[in-house]
Amino acid sequence: MLSTSALTFSYPNGTPFVFPNLNVASNQAVLVLGNSGKGKTTLLHLLAGLMDPTGGTIELDGTALATLKGSARDRFRGKNIGLVFQQSQFIRSISVLENLRLARSLAGLSKDDAFAERLLSELGISERKNAKPNELSIGERQRAAIARALVTKPKIVLADEPTSALDDENCEAVAALFERTVTGHGAALVIVTHDQRLKNRFKKSVSL
Amino acid sequence: MRMLRLAYANLKEHFLSTILSVMLLGIGVGMVSFIVTVSEQLNNRFNRDIRGIDMVVGAKGSPLQLILSAVYQIDNPTGNIPLAEVNKLKRHPLIKYSIPLSYGDSYQGFRIVGTDSLYLTHYQAAFAEGELWKHSMDVVIGSSVAEKLNLKLGAHFHGNHGFDKEGHAHEESHYNVVGILMPTGTVADRLILTSTESVWDIHNHEESKLEHYHQSEQETGEITALLVKFKSPMGIMQIPRMVNEKTSMQAALPAIEINRLYSLMGVGFTTLQIIGMVIMCIAALSVFISLLNSLKERKYELALMRSLGASPFKLFGLIIQESLLLCLAGYTLGIILGRVGIMLLSSLGEDQFQFSVSQSGIADIELWLLPLTLCIGLVAALIPAIRAYRSDISSILRNE
Repeated sequence: MLSTSALTFSYPNGTPFVFPNLNVASNQAVLVLGNSGKGKTTLLHLLAGLMDPTGGTIELDGTALATLKGSARDRFRGKNIGLVFQQSQFIRSISVLENLRLARSLAGLSKDDAFAERLLSELGISERKNAKPNELSIGERQRAAIARALVTKPKIVLADEPTSALDDENCEAVAALFERTVTGHGAALVIVTHDQRLKNRFKKSVSL
Repeated sequence: MRMLRLAYANLKEHFLSTILSVMLLGIGVGMVSFIVTVSEQLNNRFNRDIRGIDMVVGAKGSPLQLILSAVYQIDNPTGNIPLAEVNKLKRHPLIKYSIPLSYGDSYQGFRIVGTDSLYLTHYQAAFAEGELWKHSMDVVIGSSVAEKLNLKLGAHFHGNHGFDKEGHAHEESHYNVVGILMPTGTVADRLILTSTESVWDIHNHEESKLEHYHQSEQETGEITALLVKFKSPMGIMQIPRMVNEKTSMQAALPAIEINRLYSLMGVGFTTLQIIGMVIMCIAALSVFISLLNSLKERKYELALMRSLGASPFKLFGLIIQESLLLCLAGYTLGIILGRVGIMLLSSLGEDQFQFSVSQSGIADIELWLLPLTLCIGLVAALIPAIRAYRSDISSILRNE
């Protein structure tokens, strides 16, 4: 599903990052471990096509990201990649369910509230669907972020430190939920994190 | 559609700054539309009443007062003029026709004007009911008078001395309504018209109980003013100067006096219009600042939308839509404020100056203000929208 080769990136006046090759199949979860400054977020942004690499290639579902430019890439990302950020960002002025609807609409997909509500109930927050994002607890917000990442039925979900803000108990719960839900929906999962607590959960892991 | 709803939700989220922008826009739009409508209607009415009157002759005094009292019936007369001199002037070969006016009494705030049938012809006033006066004390009333006072054909009333509603009543004066006019859209609608003789009868009854006064009137009688239409522009060149220099009367030219009045009022109107425009500019600034502020707060949201597949252009559109929504709300509020203002002025003006502003349908200025307001919205949103368009999502998301 996702494969990278010889991926490098350097910020202006910064040391260049050289990333190990990644190969992730559908339904597979891969953990990318690394301490701060190792380029975890940079890798994630490269994989999501938010930045262009200095060298190397990224292929997602048979499409080389480098061949997509401008809004074509935005559209491709919206359709095929689900993103979960460290501190889940939402549109604050609208409810959780409306955030999910918006994600589908921005990806150019038709409205599918039944699927959105099923995701929310799978993640145990269906009764919070009409709440504004600010009204959710951190744990709830992280689950809502997973639901939003999946609502577009992406081929791959990329998560940046999804558990670092959570305590041990929640960390375990969210990680389990993450793995089960994402792979359960047939998507590949890449988590970049420095959170060593996750190491035992995931069979496949890569260190930066 | 989804973007429009999102724009609406965002505006609701920033309620206070939204309200501020909408209020400023509303006040600006309201002021401009109010001023333009009022000045337009004032111009219209002044021009309608003045049409066809080349010169007004009356007692010496302020020429503007003479015009206001004789043509528009809104000021007090400058005094009376002797009929003997008037009759001499009337025979001047350059005068096409002239209309005598005698006034000074009123009924329920409506003026009673003694004149002849030429006045009706001049304002193209046709009869809705009844006919022209035949006897002294017969009156023909304008359409507004009939409507406001609910006077029917055959009604009787006593006039008051002076123009106040509370002026002392002429007990002897017993007017009969013999005719009601169709609406003309001119000063004639608001007058109670009668023959010049009726006015003389009342006052002579009171002031002197002379017998056979009718005969002496032709020499000693007085009227208040004379409306004059010339045969050719030559009249304007000669007659006013002649009247002013060689008689005890004064001649005033409505066109000149009204232009002077306009230029006096014009300063006020222009000032108010400029204030309205300035408020609209401040509103634009307020829209600009509130968009820019909310943009700073929402840069993560915008980056998030990009990461969800929105093109930069879509974000550009979102900001523009927010601004246009704001401006549309401001415009709507402004039109409402403007109309409420006109209604207030109208009810106030009707009592005090017999001037009512009516508004039916959509005024031109209201149509013009819509694109203008939307342009303000576009301009104010341009820089914030370009910022949203250009934002570097990767670096924003990394700094979360």
